Amino acid sequence: MRLQQILFKLSVPVIAVALGLLVGGIIMMSSGYDAFYAYSSLFSVIFTDPYYIGETVRQMSPLIMSGLAVAFAFRTGLFNIGVEGQLLVGWLASVYMGITVEGVPAFIHVPLAILAAAAAGALWGVVPGYLKARFRVHEVITTIMMNYIALHVTNSIIRNHMLAPGERTEDIQSSASLSSLFLQEITDYSRLHYGIIVAILAAVLMWYLLWKTTTGYELRAVGFNQHASNYAGINVSKNIILSMCISGGFAGVAGAMEGLGTYQYMTINAAFSGVGFDGIAVALLGANSAIGIILAAGLFGGLKIGALNMQAMAQVPPELITIVIALIIFFVASSYLVHWLRNRINKRGKI
Amino acid sequence: MGLLQILEIIIPTAIFAAAPLILTALGGVFSERSGVVNIGLEGLMMMGAFIGAVFTFYGETWGLGGASPWFSFLVAILIGAVFSLLHAVASISFRADQVVSGVAMNFLAAGLTIFLVKKIFDAGQTPYLNERIFKSDIPFLFDIPFIGPLLFGDAYITSYLAVALAFVVWFIVFKTPFGLRLRAVGEHPMAADTMGINVAKMRYVAVMLSGAFAGLGGAVYATSISGNFTHSTIAGQGFMALAAMIFGKWHPLGALGAALFFGFAQSLSITGQQIPLLKEIPHVILLISPYVLTILALAGFVGRADAPKAIGKPYEKGKR
Repeated sequence: MRLQQILFKLSVPVIAVALGLLVGGIIMMSSGYDAFYAYSSLFSVIFTDPYYIGETVRQMSPLIMSGLAVAFAFRTGLFNIGVEGQLLVGWLASVYMGITVEGVPAFIHVPLAILAAAAAGALWGVVPGYLKARFRVHEVITTIMMNYIALHVTNSIIRNHMLAPGERTEDIQSSASLSSLFLQEITDYSRLHYGIIVAILAAVLMWYLLWKTTTGYELRAVGFNQHASNYAGINVSKNIILSMCISGGFAGVAGAMEGLGTYQYMTINAAFSGVGFDGIAVALLGANSAIGIILAAGLFGGLKIGALNMQAMAQVPPELITIVIALIIFFVASSYLVHWLRNRINKRGKI
Repeated sequence: MGLLQILEIIIPTAIFAAAPLILTALGGVFSERSGVVNIGLEGLMMMGAFIGAVFTFYGETWGLGGASPWFSFLVAILIGAVFSLLHAVASISFRADQVVSGVAMNFLAAGLTIFLVKKIFDAGQTPYLNERIFKSDIPFLFDIPFIGPLLFGDAYITSYLAVALAFVVWFIVFKTPFGLRLRAVGEHPMAADTMGINVAKMRYVAVMLSGAFAGLGGAVYATSISGNFTHSTIAGQGFMALAAMIFGKWHPLGALGAALFFGFAQSLSITGQQIPLLKEIPHVILLISPYVLTILALAGFVGRADAPKAIGKPYEKGKR
């Protein structure tokens, strides 16, 4: 029975991914591309070519962080669409710390910059959390609004206070950097950095927090049933705010991955990076569990990086992967269909 | 600079910037009044802008001339409605989380439109359109003293279309049996079902209407404001329309007012530099004002905004 449950849990994401890739293939075929060649050029490099492996792992770290952010809020019954904005303020905070703090060793500077990012993201997450707890305002709308506020505010701060030539900030001090020459060398000079270690630690932290502490128990209880939790003496408002705070913190660290790892600076952004929205897909496919999120981030990171080779070899626009990811979300979200089928079969077996 | 001159700069740009927002927000009113959250407005608008740009371009080559944008509007309405069916099927029939499904819509539109642009035009954007909706003075009304040049001078016909449609939607939602059913399904689907209203059908119709309106909004944006379609043509306008709908308290005329106001804020951020007093206000305040105001409205500081009761919940027959 236990094995059956695990298999069923796995079946939804696996079927969704397979269907997503299948429909993506059909779209390629009907627009005159060679789907088999395209997919094989996509998947071959992300498993064999050191450079593409390095880039995939690099891409994974912000995806894991934003996936954790979405999933953590989800466990408390909250939908954090504001990861995009929390990521931007976290990115800015980490870069600000990276530039202005001078003369400290890396083992202090890096955690300091990451914590600054987490604090900034948490602050951005607390606002919708407070509004939800105090005024019953739906967090989906407020987090979307906070995204745009973050976009314009960070741009304005960079433009007015931190501008360097090229519509961006200066580079951070080397003592705050997550980049690693060793990791770059073994991956054929990709932009791989130590951020992946931070991301995996964060995944462990989320698992521990949710499943091994009283706070986590309360958070999950509120996610299951607010009224029952309230009756059991759990402070629902406090847990809603706390959940959005921690979720925003994870999202802020996703920004630090970009600021301290991949880019070493922050640009003025005309639009969102998309990592925050990808986080929704990652959390959904990973069923809001720490291990699932790491696996889903690996898949989406690989698809995005492999798409570049697919474009080079088979001339398929990399936007195809965005389509495939959208389809996967649709199929996972529509898992009611799978449940319905299973219920039908089970009932017939029992009665 | 006199007050009148200032108004003459600001008001036409406000109405101009607001048209796509008004149309898309009206779409949102239909969907959300029926109880289906539509975060996918952004994606639907993107689809509309894509169709608007592509079919105006083809209209030109097929010799439709000045009618090309109007031809593209019809196609955008149609494709918008069809595209929104995905959201309807997932969130109504398959009981998917409506927010998740909306997010997927945005992803899909972002991917599909650019994929098709690259396939059709072999470039990252569509060519610039020759036949667009151009500014013109509205005959007769323009001659009204004072108000005429302010409201009817140098304006786009699509803006007036949008304003007129807001009143049409208000009439449909609040004065027709269809509107009553629509609202009933969004407030208390079980009661509506008991009275013999087909909940799923009403919601399907509402979501498709939202797709049609958002598609039109996107097409209007492409043919009047941007003039072509790129990956950044629609960057947040759909979400701003969503904000306008909520700030307008799920009411068509409220949404109209809010969209005009947001258009006003946007136009201030563009034209503010020409106006003495406004130069002092930092650009960023004007840029974020629509979003801040929406949050304040939701928190009850600017009049309480209450969503339809059954919003976001799939209707399951027989479940209490």
